[in-house]
Amino acid sequence: MATKAPVFTAEQFERLDGIIEKYKEVKGSLIGVLQGAQEVFGYLPPEVQVKIAEKLDLPIEQVYSTSTFYSQFFLTPKGKYKINICMGTACYVKGAGAVLDQFARQLGIKPGECTEDMMFSLDGCRCIGVCGLAPVLTINEDVHGKIYSDDVAGVLVQYPKSE
Amino acid sequence: MATAEMTKTVTLKINGIEVKVNEGATIMEAARQIGVRIPTLCFMKEDNEIGACRVCVVEVKGAKNLAAACMFPVSEGMEVLVNTDRVRKARKTNVELLLSHHRMDCLSCPRSTNCELQTLAVEYSADQFRFNTTEFGRQGSEVDATTKHLVRDNTKCILCNRCVAICSKQQDVSVIGRNKRGFFTHIGSAFGLPLETTSCIHCGQCVAVCPTAALRERDDTQKVWDALADPDKYVIVAPAPAIRAQVGEMFGMPIGTNVQGKVVAACRMLGFDKVFDIDTAADITIMEEGTEFIDRLKKGGPFPMFTSCCPAWVKYLEYYYPDMLKNHSSCKSPQGIYGTLMKTYYAEKIGVDPKNIFVVTLMPCTAKKFEITRGEMVENHDATDYPDIDVTITGVEFARMIKTSGIDFASLEDADFDPVFGIASGAGHIFGASGGVMEAALRTVSEVMDGKELTKIDFEEVRGNEGIKEATYEIAGQKIKVAAVATPAKVKEVIDAVRRGEKDYHFIEVMGCAGGCVGGGGQPQIPGYLRNELDIPKKRASVLYNIDSGNPKLRKSHENPVVKEIYETFLGEPGGHKSHELLHTKYVGRSVYPTKELQDYLDKE
Repeated sequence: MATKAPVFTAEQFERLDGIIEKYKEVKGSLIGVLQGAQEVFGYLPPEVQVKIAEKLDLPIEQVYSTSTFYSQFFLTPKGKYKINICMGTACYVKGAGAVLDQFARQLGIKPGECTEDMMFSLDGCRCIGVCGLAPVLTINEDVHGKIYSDDVAGVLVQYPKSE
Repeated sequence: MATAEMTKTVTLKINGIEVKVNEGATIMEAARQIGVRIPTLCFMKEDNEIGACRVCVVEVKGAKNLAAACMFPVSEGMEVLVNTDRVRKARKTNVELLLSHHRMDCLSCPRSTNCELQTLAVEYSADQFRFNTTEFGRQGSEVDATTKHLVRDNTKCILCNRCVAICSKQQDVSVIGRNKRGFFTHIGSAFGLPLETTSCIHCGQCVAVCPTAALRERDDTQKVWDALADPDKYVIVAPAPAIRAQVGEMFGMPIGTNVQGKVVAACRMLGFDKVFDIDTAADITIMEEGTEFIDRLKKGGPFPMFTSCCPAWVKYLEYYYPDMLKNHSSCKSPQGIYGTLMKTYYAEKIGVDPKNIFVVTLMPCTAKKFEITRGEMVENHDATDYPDIDVTITGVEFARMIKTSGIDFASLEDADFDPVFGIASGAGHIFGASGGVMEAALRTVSEVMDGKELTKIDFEEVRGNEGIKEATYEIAGQKIKVAAVATPAKVKEVIDAVRRGEKDYHFIEVMGCAGGCVGGGGQPQIPGYLRNELDIPKKRASVLYNIDSGNPKLRKSHENPVVKEIYETFLGEPGGHKSHELLHTKYVGRSVYPTKELQDYLDKE
């Protein structure tokens, strides 16, 4: 994997403890805790899932089973810029697959991974509901419409590598 | 009866036949009443009612879609058709879809002819190539052979969820589950790690309920064949109590057939030098465990004392209640005691170097395969370069050996164990049923403490298949509170009640599987429909209780002449120095969050 796991801070784990404390007595609160944890860490690394299991007194497998079931949960770190290529039917027939491949090639990572400098992560996603702009993609909150594989380099330069 | 009046009944028609059932019953249950068995691959009463496999679909008049009979509740006036062309075609297609991902090496698959998927494929004339694919299984379909007791092969998994359900609901460890979703769904452990890195207790219940060969016991039979072929090895074998109550099933005999004599005869024909009985070691267990209990009664604790015969339970306690290890009897299991005595007492008696004695045990249990690798089993006595027990095989593997060698098991004439270590009391025999160890212990403890013969030898209150059985007995003027508990889920209830101060006991017998060893994970796999309909552990247990009551002269462990001789000539006093050195053990606290192996993995990442 091209991804290097980032080092977490004590402050992040304190925030996680706070989230768990809030939900501890509520039955069926695992998804809420996982969402909160992902906000704190950016993704759900194994040690965070183990910690959640321990504190909620759940089997680790139950936590992992849940975190791998829902597509909203990430098990690998995400970059500063999160690229999501819409893989809905309209985008797909208009060439979203080639767009995804092109991003992967230019960034040197596979879909689902993050660049080593932690700047870009790449994923395919479900229909985002603006089929008129197909093929469409989002980078964080920005929406880029009608992007074909030739346009990929032009999109990437809009996101400076440092700041 | 008042309760009968309170239960509403519902009248419905199945295939035009009127049937009355209780409200809340499913179509599957109603159909059973008119003699129709609706197939299922996933359904397990109470534990796995999820309607996943879709081979139970039936037509309900007025409903647009076919209904899953295992889940669909009956209602007044309902009309159900269970054998229409539409139903047959739908079931056939659903079986074909299951086969599309299934690696069909059925010719030599260990579950062939005893596979629930294969049975349905035959019954519905399924075309195994209709949706043929060359990609078997799904992501995560690697074979996991990391544990000592089982092999998981996801290329044969149909995602029925039975293993996951039993692991969570009865065995209370949840070390396997459904990972990912859609086409990528597969059964596995957290982070896709090997089963060996989890808090698995090796009970093998997942193997017992698997409808296919996706989960099966680790086959150790080759090690036994090799030893039998080695002229330098003195190979001895001994069956556990439950083996004589279940091996017959693998040869077409009814569930609950006593095959003790045939097991012994088959062992001789396979070429074992001696055929002994683990039940003799069970009697010695009672001498040790009983002495320990009496000692605790004198000292005032620690209570409750737990039995330690079941390796799945031992490991569960080590993982989930490491603070209660002091409550555990320090006595080894009958298998452990047997192994140690073979390589010490028996080796000495026959003057053979224990290195050349090859000890094989036949167990209804997969956790016993793990038990023989525990530290104390390989290094507790003077010699450290050989294990106490060389190989443990399950009844299923044993039956496979008999079949391979062409022995006509059913027609074998009954034979007797070799007497040196082949006489057991009724108390030793009933170890294989939940409550049996408790009853065996009570028989001896009562007589020793009261100093007179028991008037009532049957302790019926602790018998039977309920998960928790409690009783209070008066022994030597003292009220002794006992319980016999089966499955970790039930023992958790009991321990938690004890910790909350709601319950107190002196002595608790715990077994890892429902019904005790007769329901063990090394038993012959029984199709789901039979498991749902019959009380299989009860039928097998009746074999053991019949052996017990059938020999009224020898029903107490302390009266066993072999046991007496071993104490007189070798061990000394029960609970004495030599016994302690050889027959007792230590336990280790283990951590679940995370296991040591998982922590190693996290550190590496």
